[in-house]
Amino acid sequence: MSDNSLNNLPGGFKGMSHDMGSDQTAFKGVQWGKVMMWIFLLSDTFIFSCFLISYMKGRTSTVVDWPNTSEVFSLHVGGVPVPLLLIAIMTFVLITSSGTMALAVKYGYEKNRKMCGWLILATAIGGLTFVGMQVFEWSKLIHEGVRPWENPFGAKQFGSFFFMITGFHGTHVSIGVIFLFIYARKVFRGDFDNGKRGFFTTMKSDYVAIEILGLYWHFVDLVWVFIFAFFYLW
Amino acid sequence: MSDEYNQKNAPLEAQSSDTISGTSGTPSKDIDYVRPAELPEQDLYHGHSFITKWIFCQDAKIIGVQYFLTAVFTGIVGLVLSWLMRLQLGYPDLVPFITAEHYYQFVTMHGMIMVVYFLTALFLGGFGNYLIPLMVGARDMVFPYVNMVSFWMFFIAVCVLMASFFVPGGPTGAGWTLYPPQAILPGTPGSNMGIILMLVSLSLFVIGFTMGGLNYIITILQARTRGMTLMRMPLTIWGIFTATALAMLAFPALLVSCIMMTLDKMLETSFFMPTIVQAGEVLDYGGGSPVLFQHLFWFFGHPEVYIVALPAFGIVSDLISVHARKNIFGYRMMVWAIVGIGGLSFFVWAHHMYVSGMNPWFGFFFATTTLIIAVPTALKVYNWIITLFRANIRMNTVMLFCLGFIVTFVNGGITGIFLGNVAVDIPLSDTYFVIAHFHMVMGIAPLMVIMGAVYHWFPLVTGRMLSEKLGKWHFWFTFLGAYSIYFPMHYLGFIGVPRRYFEMYDSPYVASATGLNEFITVAALIVGFSQLIFIYNIVSSLSIGKPAGKNPWKANSLEWLTPEVPPAHGNWGEKLPVIHRWPYDFNVPGAKEDYITQTTPPSEVISAEVEKT
Repeated sequence: MSDNSLNNLPGGFKGMSHDMGSDQTAFKGVQWGKVMMWIFLLSDTFIFSCFLISYMKGRTSTVVDWPNTSEVFSLHVGGVPVPLLLIAIMTFVLITSSGTMALAVKYGYEKNRKMCGWLILATAIGGLTFVGMQVFEWSKLIHEGVRPWENPFGAKQFGSFFFMITGFHGTHVSIGVIFLFIYARKVFRGDFDNGKRGFFTTMKSDYVAIEILGLYWHFVDLVWVFIFAFFYLW
Repeated sequence: MSDEYNQKNAPLEAQSSDTISGTSGTPSKDIDYVRPAELPEQDLYHGHSFITKWIFCQDAKIIGVQYFLTAVFTGIVGLVLSWLMRLQLGYPDLVPFITAEHYYQFVTMHGMIMVVYFLTALFLGGFGNYLIPLMVGARDMVFPYVNMVSFWMFFIAVCVLMASFFVPGGPTGAGWTLYPPQAILPGTPGSNMGIILMLVSLSLFVIGFTMGGLNYIITILQARTRGMTLMRMPLTIWGIFTATALAMLAFPALLVSCIMMTLDKMLETSFFMPTIVQAGEVLDYGGGSPVLFQHLFWFFGHPEVYIVALPAFGIVSDLISVHARKNIFGYRMMVWAIVGIGGLSFFVWAHHMYVSGMNPWFGFFFATTTLIIAVPTALKVYNWIITLFRANIRMNTVMLFCLGFIVTFVNGGITGIFLGNVAVDIPLSDTYFVIAHFHMVMGIAPLMVIMGAVYHWFPLVTGRMLSEKLGKWHFWFTFLGAYSIYFPMHYLGFIGVPRRYFEMYDSPYVASATGLNEFITVAALIVGFSQLIFIYNIVSSLSIGKPAGKNPWKANSLEWLTPEVPPAHGNWGEKLPVIHRWPYDFNVPGAKEDYITQTTPPSEVISAEVEKT
């Protein structure tokens, strides 16, 4: 293609609509899998939004008082309750794993197989740690008598929403961790370098898959930030 | 790798129709110039055994047929349920096994089956899978494996739904809206296993549909062939695309409400459950909000109406254009109307809830948005009519169904304006007027399109024509019969006959309603049985139908231009088609024939005064 066809294209919003409306692809040079993940995440955003909006509605309209979250979620260190301690660590671990994931994507595109594999493994371990700490928090709350159907500290909806929404998010993290381990194995084995065909899909492997998994992982982290804000800071 | 594609300098620059056809920027003086391929040749899975070719098949065309047949099967179950309901309403106590509980279960299952498992699956799963790759010029859906899993998820969802007929207590009888608290409390039929299986089945449907929907969207956005700009896509594709986008954003609300209600049922959480006294005993529930469920449900439920309607709008536009031998009037307007209706459909949901006890100001807002959505919808109706105006109309079965669609849709749309206004809705809600409205607008109207589309595309799928004679009988039975069913229901609604009532007993309006109810029941039975003509027509035409040959309707769009008819695996043989125009160049002045296919290069029709697309 010659450059002079580019010179004649309109700029601004009109240029954008020319871009999107042109033939073959709406998003130029973006792989199918990546568009798929973005649109899936948009759909998933609506799921989490529905959950969180329901939570806001439930919390604001309940007749019994909502429990004091900074007490319920606090950890006792040497007999002193420290609010937000566990959750701060959990959030830190998860955000850090987002960082290692981003690096893994970078090394993947540089075809640095080793670094990429180790970083994916680090991300997976970060995710696993997060899920582990969530299990700890759940069992602590359950031990104190909080259940989906009752709550000794106040409104019973607290237990319902907390277990449902963190559970749904935790499921997302767990699925991500499983895929991270699978991908780490694939990277170390060199599947993405030699384009080995997938066992189920029979399609060729490509390093873009790591970026797609990365998109998912960053999304899960972003959702956590909202859950964190709405459950622990409100 | 295809020969047009060069990995190193794959052209990523934007190109509108201006630059594609070389009028601006002029990369080439050639008027047939279409810029080279951006995408490498698609890597396809080729099935070898019977199982990989026909059962766990990854070819979108087979998956489309699988979706179609499964959806039609569930649709027939829904039809039989409607007969049973009508028998009870027209001739109370005639059929001894229809008790009040069974009646509510039939109502519920009929509604859910028809809306979700029949119409949604048929339009998006059936027509979407078959037509999208063919119409945009792709070899297959972009993720064939995911597409295959999508169908089987749908299949499992249907199995779970059907299983609820056979569990203790039977299927749920909560009405298709499944409103809590009654849906999960004893006293409602099927409040144990029935409702749980329904919620599980819906969740599976959403998961399966998400997989399919991602395929449809990305195939349309990212896998079109050379020259196929967005504004050259047939309106069918625009309708299916927008409907899928709506589904991707609306089904999450359904999934969330299903999850929350499952927890309410199984773990006794109180998301939707207020404090309830049952038989003098306070239940463990308390503090939840039933109206929250209604909001979640209708945030899904209203876009769902358009998930069904928009593909119908798109398909009918194409059918009218082909069989009226005229370009669709106001193509761009039609596209923007589809997209606009899709966008607006997310802001009207609470018009289903005027009587739910929500804040009255909400009703004011949602009545306004509801009436606004009538504008693009009416615009589409005008455009169909103007397309027909002074056209060279072929009065065949397909066109008859299109005309039937316009009539029923206008009828249902006008009653929709009644119901959109709070003051009119309050006395009419929960009467037969509502039943008449939504059956006209989202039952009969889309069904007319489906039937027209089957007559139109049957030659493509099977290579044989359906019988015109039987088709016309089928049309008149269906159209007149459906009108005889639903038109009197408007009157029943006005005199106040409530919907969802098992029996009227000695109510004062019984005298005038009884005769009408009997009439409606007889009509419903006739319409139902007349579908046997359709089924017979399809089955017999498979073997004795007239061979269709290539492009029997002289249509322009790509699906008719495959090297083999019916299209083979991979759709296009050696080379992908190259597109030079929109699919609506009918009766162009100066052209030799009355149609110019999308693949005809400008140099072959040099004297034709085609529209620039």
